[in-house]
Amino acid sequence: MAKFIGRRLLYLLPVLLAVTLLTFLIASLLPGDLAITLLGDQATPEKVEALRAQMGLDLPIWQRYLLWLWDVLHGDLGRSFRTGETVLAAVADRLPVSLELMVMAEVTALLIAIPLAILCAVKSGSATDRFLTGLAFGKLSLPPFMVAILLIYLFAVSLNLLPATGWIPFAEDPIANLRSFVLPALTLAIAEWPVLMRVLRSDMIATLQEDYIAMAKAKGLRPARILLVHALKPSSLTLVTVTGINIGRLIGGALIVEVIFALPGIGRLLVGAIYARDFIILQGAVLFVAVGFVMVNFVVDMLYAVLDPRIRHGRA
Amino acid sequence: MTQPLLSVRNLSTRFRTDRGLVRAVDDVSFDVAPGETLAIVGESGSGKSVTALSILRLIPDPPGKIESGEILFEGKDLLKLDDAGIRAIRGDRIAMIFQEPMSSLNPALTVGLQVGEPINLHRKTVWSKALDKAAELLGKVRIPDGKSRLNSYPHQYSGGMRQRVMIAMALACQPKLIIADEPTTALDVTVQAQILALLKELTREANSAMILITHDLGVVARYADRVAVMYGGRIVETAPARPLYKSPRHPYTRGLMASVPRLDGDTGRPLVPIEGQPPDLASLPAGCAFALRCKDATERCHRERPPLVESARHHFSACWYHERLAA
Repeated sequence: MAKFIGRRLLYLLPVLLAVTLLTFLIASLLPGDLAITLLGDQATPEKVEALRAQMGLDLPIWQRYLLWLWDVLHGDLGRSFRTGETVLAAVADRLPVSLELMVMAEVTALLIAIPLAILCAVKSGSATDRFLTGLAFGKLSLPPFMVAILLIYLFAVSLNLLPATGWIPFAEDPIANLRSFVLPALTLAIAEWPVLMRVLRSDMIATLQEDYIAMAKAKGLRPARILLVHALKPSSLTLVTVTGINIGRLIGGALIVEVIFALPGIGRLLVGAIYARDFIILQGAVLFVAVGFVMVNFVVDMLYAVLDPRIRHGRA
Repeated sequence: MTQPLLSVRNLSTRFRTDRGLVRAVDDVSFDVAPGETLAIVGESGSGKSVTALSILRLIPDPPGKIESGEILFEGKDLLKLDDAGIRAIRGDRIAMIFQEPMSSLNPALTVGLQVGEPINLHRKTVWSKALDKAAELLGKVRIPDGKSRLNSYPHQYSGGMRQRVMIAMALACQPKLIIADEPTTALDVTVQAQILALLKELTREANSAMILITHDLGVVARYADRVAVMYGGRIVETAPARPLYKSPRHPYTRGLMASVPRLDGDTGRPLVPIEGQPPDLASLPAGCAFALRCKDATERCHRERPPLVESARHHFSACWYHERLAA
């Protein structure tokens, strides 16, 4: 098991190198110049040249990348040329917002998807099953921004139950903080439950045909125990995979939802950095997101081994 | 015969399929005495497994349905019990051993949990005690070092070992009846004998009755007290094992015996296969289901279905010409 974990962690390195290098290359292809942006209408060719040299922008791209990498390896992610804020501070400000949103959204999506999937699998082919799978399919064609607007209209405008926008730090007022996350998390959860439900439903239907389910019945177990103990665990590999992908994606922020609900998350940090040509912030934030993504996938791999012991022993 | 432990009366189980109604089990009756081993023999599709599954009401519905009959177990009709009532029987009073040890154990759960589960459920034993009992049961089925193996998973076991686990699971609550549905078909020949001997020994020790479903007459000869031969969803002959072997009174049973190699006695005898195909259960003929494959079938056999009648003491046959066969 320790060997398995060690090898997984080694995969992290090439992935991170590739991701940061690609971001560097793509960012350098963007039109526009940070020096010109910073100097504004004060820009003369001499001043621009001087600032570029000061920021190291006159060096060839591979040198810039290696310099950046060297600094990162020494624990220095750099600071924004524009605001002077360090990358670490910028990410540390935004990451908790994105993480809280992600956790609430995923938990809500799973709480909706798992019971419905079990219900559909047990009654597969029935009117209930057809209605719910139809609903899930219909939901897939409804974009999140529409859902967000409908939710705001319903819960914030008509019923006046929840705030439509804004964000209050948890330390300041935990209740208000949670309230400000309800609608954005619900928006994301509504976007995700149909996929989760469909994969779990089809895996569960296959599992319920297995001989060991007949065996569990022959032992006199209650239907609830058969479903939750004997069927759910071997049916949840795809569910875990899809949830992992969703979580990985949400670590990078949910841009549209963050914009609509005015949440200061990673998504808005990244897009702001791109617009401002603030490459150091962009590069640092991407590094964090990539690490997060790889870590989540690592956890998903670990979960496979927990859910299906054959994987654990096959690789050990 | 003493009061039977299990008495199946006029059981009919049907399946709704694309090709119409299939009479998988048609008006089947038999008894099992306490401690007795009854073998139900037949080809695939003869209805023997469906009979076994019907007893514990494990027929998937839909498409299957037990249409009529009574299944009296210790005097109670299992078909009349509510869901909680039949669950209290399953795994406790009547246990089941399935054909495929490879797929009948849950790959995601530990062996300890699976063996301890019936004890925890039916005996209301706390888990730590149930697991102790599970370790003890693994020892009984000759899995060495049971205690440390509780936390292992089925894929770490060989086929024979898994079938031992299944036996341990079946014996967990000392059931009065064990239904073993082709328990050794999926195993190597060398392992088959070990498993059957173990099963026989442990059921005798626990004074459990057993219904042994098999297509292997060799198995029947060694382990069964009584035999019921099924063909086309019906019992065509039933008798204590010895007389059935010595003088079978149904042409199908005779055919089965002629098609099985024997190592005792007449080894030079050629094997004679039964010509033709097993009957289509969706469209059974009006007369005897075996008539189409029977060399001695008469016009009457095709027209009228022969009833199961007592041809000799405790020896029943569903053939119009059972007396001629006895001669």
